[in-house]
Amino acid sequence: MATYNTNEFRGGLKLLLDGDPCTIIENEFVKPGKGQAFNRVKIRNLKTGRVLEKTFRSGESVEAADVIDRDLQYLYSDGEFWHFMDNDSFEQYQADATAMGDAVKWIKEQDTCMVVLWNGAPIAVEAPNFVSLEITETDPGLKGDTSGGGGKPATLETGAVVRVPLFIQNGEKIKVDTRTGAYVSRVKDE
Amino acid sequence: MGIEDWRPGAGLDALRARAAMLADLRRYFAQAGVLEVETPLVGSTAGTDPALEPLMVRYTGPVYPQGAGLYLQTSPEFGMKRLLAAGSGPIYQICKAFRDGEAGRLHNPEFSLLEWYRPGFDLVQLMDELAGVVRMALLQPDLESVRISYADLFASMLGVDVVASSVQQLRAVAVRHHVLGADGLDLDLDGWLDLLMSHLIQPKLGHDGLCFVSDYPVSQAALARVNPDGRSAARMELFHQGVELANGFHELLDAGEQARRFEAENCVRRSRGQRPIKVDRLLLGAMQHGLPDCSGVAVGLDRLLMLRLGENEIDRVLSFSLQRC
Repeated sequence: MATYNTNEFRGGLKLLLDGDPCTIIENEFVKPGKGQAFNRVKIRNLKTGRVLEKTFRSGESVEAADVIDRDLQYLYSDGEFWHFMDNDSFEQYQADATAMGDAVKWIKEQDTCMVVLWNGAPIAVEAPNFVSLEITETDPGLKGDTSGGGGKPATLETGAVVRVPLFIQNGEKIKVDTRTGAYVSRVKDE
Repeated sequence: MGIEDWRPGAGLDALRARAAMLADLRRYFAQAGVLEVETPLVGSTAGTDPALEPLMVRYTGPVYPQGAGLYLQTSPEFGMKRLLAAGSGPIYQICKAFRDGEAGRLHNPEFSLLEWYRPGFDLVQLMDELAGVVRMALLQPDLESVRISYADLFASMLGVDVVASSVQQLRAVAVRHHVLGADGLDLDLDGWLDLLMSHLIQPKLGHDGLCFVSDYPVSQAALARVNPDGRSAARMELFHQGVELANGFHELLDAGEQARRFEAENCVRRSRGQRPIKVDRLLLGAMQHGLPDCSGVAVGLDRLLMLRLGENEIDRVLSFSLQRC
């Protein structure tokens, strides 16, 4: 069992706490001049995404979580699982809906995603920050409107709905910021 | 850190403010008739306090031809007390102190201390002088000052009786106040008091001015004499903006009691797996000769400078903190 001493604590370190994999966001060393030292740590639970604080006695050891981030290519979904492949080792992984989270709204086959693996299994999937997707359904815009003020809803090929400027038409490709869900620009077809 | 990280953590303004603060402090003590002294930073003995771990260095040469491990001092206290016993009168020192294992937002293993001793002063007189010195260093002559005892502080802020509470009761208080992870900690009574102090009380102290906390539990007396009530010690600490700035004692004079505390602290060190530390017999000799009735205080100058400049990290007031040197 790998462990980390509190002296090794730093942002990004992965710990196993109450059975869940967690990552350290912030570590503060707290010590009264003539008293017990503590590490007060801000932690994100990688399964639930929840952020919490936890206090350790300095010098204690804490179990490490076998968590790695890996860039994987999205292959396909069978409805229950989303399948990914490591393009170097050709090893395949399957993520469930919980691990996929919001990423399902944005990714297409062949996209590369950052996948968090815990003990070799995906627990979180991050879509690329920007994706280019085709519009499958949107109301025809008004002729001559190029300002983009106001906007209208548009359904993308993945099923996600975003607000786009009025001049955007069915069948066009647009660039979207997946972190905010906001339209960025038109994409010219190569 | 890469080669491009050669620059100091402190800005030039902070370097200048440090120089100005040190000049003001020296001027004050010169005018007050307090003698500036220097005592060794490297010595064959050190304090035994289990909460302080000295760094060690190796010296080989005349006096120690076979080589010897020597301690970097965690505070200049023992050397200064020997000067007091030798008849120095009031003295102060501005020096570096060293503590192993301490690095963080408010800690660096090598830091600057201002320490002074006033023969004939009790703790109240020393707190008055300390308040004046800190107001001067912070450039805030009108800063308010309040005093509260350790017991009253715990009673008023947490409803905790520091004398009668058990480990289980203190843990329950920590859990009730959402100190996450508290239920899994294994601490002794003073460890729990330290946890409650550092997590729940200290962050709220001294936001309207200076907050002196006095009369610590006897178990945390360190080098202070025990008060006549037998339950508290004549020890005080100063907090400002949630930061611990100073620690002072109405000094213990009894050499026998001092020797017993050294032994007891070394026992605790052994039980915790820490190296016992060679007892400073020369301090005991000085105390047997007779230390004048006095009070003394140590002030963390780097933290004082942080507060003067509104900085949040000690790295911003040090030329080169541990990660930069």
